[in-house]
Amino acid sequence: MADHAHPSSHPEHAEHAAHEPPNYWRIYWLLVGLLAVSVTGPMFGIKAVTIITAFGVAAYKAYLVAKNFMHVSTEKPFVTYLLLTVVVFMLLFFAGAAPDVMKRQGTRWEKPEWVQAHAEALAHPPAKHGEHAPEEH
Amino acid sequence: MSAARPIATTRSATGVPTGRLAVWWVVASEIVIFGGLLGSYIMHRLAHDQWSVQSAHTNTWIGAFNTLVLLSSSLAAVLGHQAAERGDGPKAARQLYLTMLGGATFVVVKAFEWTHEIHAGFTITSSTFWSFYYTAAGLHALHVIAGVVIMGIVAADAKRNLELHRVELIGIYWHFVDIVWIFLFPLLYIAK
Repeated sequence: MADHAHPSSHPEHAEHAAHEPPNYWRIYWLLVGLLAVSVTGPMFGIKAVTIITAFGVAAYKAYLVAKNFMHVSTEKPFVTYLLLTVVVFMLLFFAGAAPDVMKRQGTRWEKPEWVQAHAEALAHPPAKHGEHAPEEH
Repeated sequence: MSAARPIATTRSATGVPTGRLAVWWVVASEIVIFGGLLGSYIMHRLAHDQWSVQSAHTNTWIGAFNTLVLLSSSLAAVLGHQAAERGDGPKAARQLYLTMLGGATFVVVKAFEWTHEIHAGFTITSSTFWSFYYTAAGLHALHVIAGVVIMGIVAADAKRNLELHRVELIGIYWHFVDIVWIFLFPLLYIAK
C-alpha cells in the first residue's frame, strides 16, 4: 500500500518526476489568448485570416496542450510513434476518400449525373416562406 | 498488499508503464475515431459551400464559452497531476473535482444549446451538416460524460492518497477530449 501513497516511488511517476514541469498557468493564459484570437479573427471577413486564426490557432493550441499538459515531449519515443502512426492512417483515409466526395471526375471514373444535379439543386434551394432549415443532403 | 499487484502492471517492454501505455492506446484509437469523423466532415464541407447557410445558425459565443470551460478544466486536471506527483492526494482530488465541475458545465451548456437548436427546427435529420454536427458534438459529449464518471472514481481514491498515478492517466484522457473540442470548435462554430 505504501507505494500507492507515495507516487514518486511508483514506476508510473518516477520518470516524469525527473522533468521540470512547465508553468501551467502561463500555458493556460496563452491558450485563453489564442481562443480570443480564433474568435475575433473571422470577424474581419477575410478568408485567409479566418483560416489562419481558426484552424492555424487550433493546431497550435492542440500542440500546446499535447506538449505541456499531456507531456508528450517527455514521454518515451514509442508513444510519439504510436500517435504519428494513427495520424498517418487518418491522412491515408482522407486522401483515399476525398476525391470521391470532392471531385466530379478522375482519370477512370466520373461522378453520376444525378449526384451533380442534386448538388446543384442544393446550392440554389427554392425559397420557402417560414422555413428555418432548408432540406439538404 | 503491493505484492498482490498483477505482473502486467509492473512489466514494461516499451519503457512506458503499463497503465499509461494503455491510456495512450485508448487515445490512439480515439484519434482514428474522431479523425475519421472530422476528416469526413472536412471533405464534405469543402465540397459543399452551401453548408455555410446551415453552419451560420450555430452560436459561436456558446462554442467559445465551452472551449474556455474545457481549457480551464484541463488546467485543473494538470494541476491535479502535479499535486499527485508531490504525494498530495487530497489536493489532487480537489483539482479533479474542479475538472469534473468543468465537464458538467460543458454538458449542461451543450444541453441548453441543443434544446434551442432543436426548437428552432435544426435536428439530426434536417441536413447533412446537422447530422455531422449532432454526431460529432454528441460523440464528444459522451466522452466528456465518461471522463467525468471515471474522474469521480479516481478522485475518491486520490482523496485517501490511494492509486495517485491514476490522476495522471485520467488527465491524459481528459486533455485529449479537450484537444478534440479545440478542433471541433472552429469546424462547427467558426467556419461559416
